[in-house]
Amino acid sequence: MILRLEGVTKRFGGLVAVNNVSFEVKESEILGIIGPNGAGKTTLFNLISGVYIPDEGEIYFKDIRITKFSSYERAKMGIARTHQIVRPMNELTVLENVMVGACFGKADLGFKDSVDIAMDVLKLLGLQNKAELLAGQLNLPQKKRLEIARALASFPDVLLLDEVLAGLNPREVEEMLEVIKKIRSEGITILMIEHLMHAVMSVSDRIVVLDFGIKIAEGTPKEVASDPKVIEAYLGDPKVALKFVKEVK
Amino acid sequence: MTKKYVLFWLLPIVLLIALYPIVTDNFLVRENIFLMLSYIVFASSMNIIMGYTGYVSFGHIVFYGIGSYVGILLINNLHVHFVIAVLCAALVAGVIALLIGEAVLRLRGAIFAIATIGINEAVKSLVANVDSLGGAVGIFMDFSVYDSYGGPDKALWIAYYAMVILTVLTILVSYFVRNSKLGLGLLAIREDEDTALVVGINTKRFKSIAYFLSAIFPAMAGTIFAFKSGNIVPDDAFHIVKSVEMIFINVFGGLGTVSGPVLGAIIYEKLKDYLLTNPTLKDLHLAVSGVTLLLIVIFAPSGIVGWFRERFKVVRGVLE
Ligand SMILES: Nc1ncnc2c1ncn2[C@@H]1O[C@H](COP(=O)(O)OP(=O)(O)OP(=O)(O)O)[C@@H](O)[C@H]1O
Ligand SMILES: [Mg+2]
Repeated sequence: MILRLEGVTKRFGGLVAVNNVSFEVKESEILGIIGPNGAGKTTLFNLISGVYIPDEGEIYFKDIRITKFSSYERAKMGIARTHQIVRPMNELTVLENVMVGACFGKADLGFKDSVDIAMDVLKLLGLQNKAELLAGQLNLPQKKRLEIARALASFPDVLLLDEVLAGLNPREVEEMLEVIKKIRSEGITILMIEHLMHAVMSVSDRIVVLDFGIKIAEGTPKEVASDPKVIEAYLGDPKVALKFVKEVK
Repeated sequence: MTKKYVLFWLLPIVLLIALYPIVTDNFLVRENIFLMLSYIVFASSMNIIMGYTGYVSFGHIVFYGIGSYVGILLINNLHVHFVIAVLCAALVAGVIALLIGEAVLRLRGAIFAIATIGINEAVKSLVANVDSLGGAVGIFMDFSVYDSYGGPDKALWIAYYAMVILTVLTILVSYFVRNSKLGLGLLAIREDEDTALVVGINTKRFKSIAYFLSAIFPAMAGTIFAFKSGNIVPDDAFHIVKSVEMIFINVFGGLGTVSGPVLGAIIYEKLKDYLLTNPTLKDLHLAVSGVTLLLIVIFAPSGIVGWFRERFKVVRGVLE
C-alpha cells in the first residue's frame, strides 16, 4: 500500500468537509475520486498533500505516518499534485515553472539538470514550443497541462490530479487521458478527482465516491456505477444522475 | 538559458565607472561614484528580498545602521582593523536578520513591510537612548585611528576601494542567486508562496536565507560609510528615506532582474545629483522623484530593464 487514510476528518467551523474517510491506494493504480460538488474531494487532496492537517485520523505514505508533515516534506517524499483552480507562477516562464517541480520535488535535481528534465516533461505534455513564454500568457487548457508538467517533473510516486479534464474539449480530453495512461505506465500511482464520468470510469482501476464528506462507496467502476447509494447521491441533480447512468452503460 | 551574458556587460560598465575617479584622481568625482556604488549595493541587496522573494523590506536600512554602529565601535573603541570590522558587521547584521526573520517572515504583504519599519524605528530609538552608543548625538571617530591607515586622505581611498569590491561582490551574489536553485525557489515564493510549499520548497528556510543575504551587504556598506565619514548619528544611520530610495531604484530599474537595480542606481544617482545641484530644481528633487516613480509604475511597471525586455526579444538573453 503506497497510501493509506484511516478515519480522516476535516472540519471547517460547523461544516464537516471530510468525515471519517478511510481507504487504501495500491502502488501504480489509478484511483478515481468522484462525488457531487462540495463533497469534499478537493479537501481530501489538501489533506493528503499537507495543505490542511486533519482534525482526526491518520495518513500513511509508504507506511510512514505523514499526518502532520508539512507540504514541502510530503512533496520531497514523493507526493505531487495539481490544483483544480490552476496556480501557475505567472511571471515565470513555462520552463521555469516546470524546473521548480524538478528542483524541489522528490527528484531534487540541480538547477542545470532540471532544464533537460523540464524540457522532456514539456514535450510529453505538448508544451515544448511554449517553454520560453511566461506562464501567465497560456490559455486555460495549457495552464492545466502546465500544472501536470510541474507535478510530473518532480518524479513523484503519487500524483494527485484535481479535475484536470474540466474545461477541455473532447479532443483535448482524449489527449489528456492518453497522457494519464502514459504516466501510470511509468509506475506512478494516480489519484484523480473527476466529474467527467465516462473518462474517469474508463481509466480508473477503482473508484471512491464521496458525498457530504462521507465515503459512500468504493470499488471497481462497474461496482460503483451500479451502487444504489451512488445513484442516489447524484439524484440531487436528476440530469446528472440520468447522464451518469447512461454514460456508464 | 542564455542569461549568463548579463555579467559580461554589466560588470565592465560598473568597473569602468569605478575606475574613473582612480584614473582622474579626482576626489569630487570619487565622492559621487562612491555614492553611486553604495546605491548599487543597497538596491541589489533589496532586490534579493523584494525582487526575487517578493517581500518589501521597507525598514531595510536598519541593517545599514547596525553595520555602521558595529563598524565604528569595533574600529574606534576596540581598534579592530577596518576589514575585520566590515566582516564582523556582516556577521552581526546577518545573525540579527535571521532572528528578526524568524518573527517577521511569517507575515505577508503590507503587514511585513510595516513590521520592518517598526523594527527600524525601534532599533533607532534604542540606539539613540543608550549612552554608551553615543545617544542621539552619535559617535565620533577618534582621528588618531586613521594613522594606522596612512592618514585620513588615504583612509578615504581605502573606503572607496572597499566600496568597489563590495559592489562587485553584491552584483555577483545577486547574479548567482538569480541563476541557481535558491533563486528559483525564491521566485516561486514570490509568485505563490502556498504553491511553493506544495511543490516542495522549504519556504521558511529560503526566506531566511534571502533575508540574510539582503542584510549583510548594506551592513558592510554601513561600516565603510562610518569609516569614511568618521561619525554616525542615529537619525542618519536609520533614515527611512534611504529604504525608500532602495525600493525606488528597484522599481525604476527593473525589479527581480540582475541588471535592473544596477542600472537604476547609476541613473538615480545621476538624476539626484543633477536635481540637487540645479538651483531651480533643488528643492523639488523629491517631487520630481515622486512623479518619475508614478510615471514608471503607470507606463513601465517592470522598470527600464523590463520595458526593454518586453519590447525587444533579442535583448532578453543579455538583459537580465
Ligand atoms: N478553506 C475552507 N474554509 C471553509 N470551508 C471550506 C474550505 N475549503 C472547503 N470548504 C468547504 O468544504 C466543502 C468541501 O469542499 P471541496 O472543495 O473539498 O469540495 P469538492 O468536492 O472539491 O467540490 P467541487 O466538485 O465543487 O470541486 C465545501 O462545502 C466547501 O465550501
Ligand atoms: Mg474540488
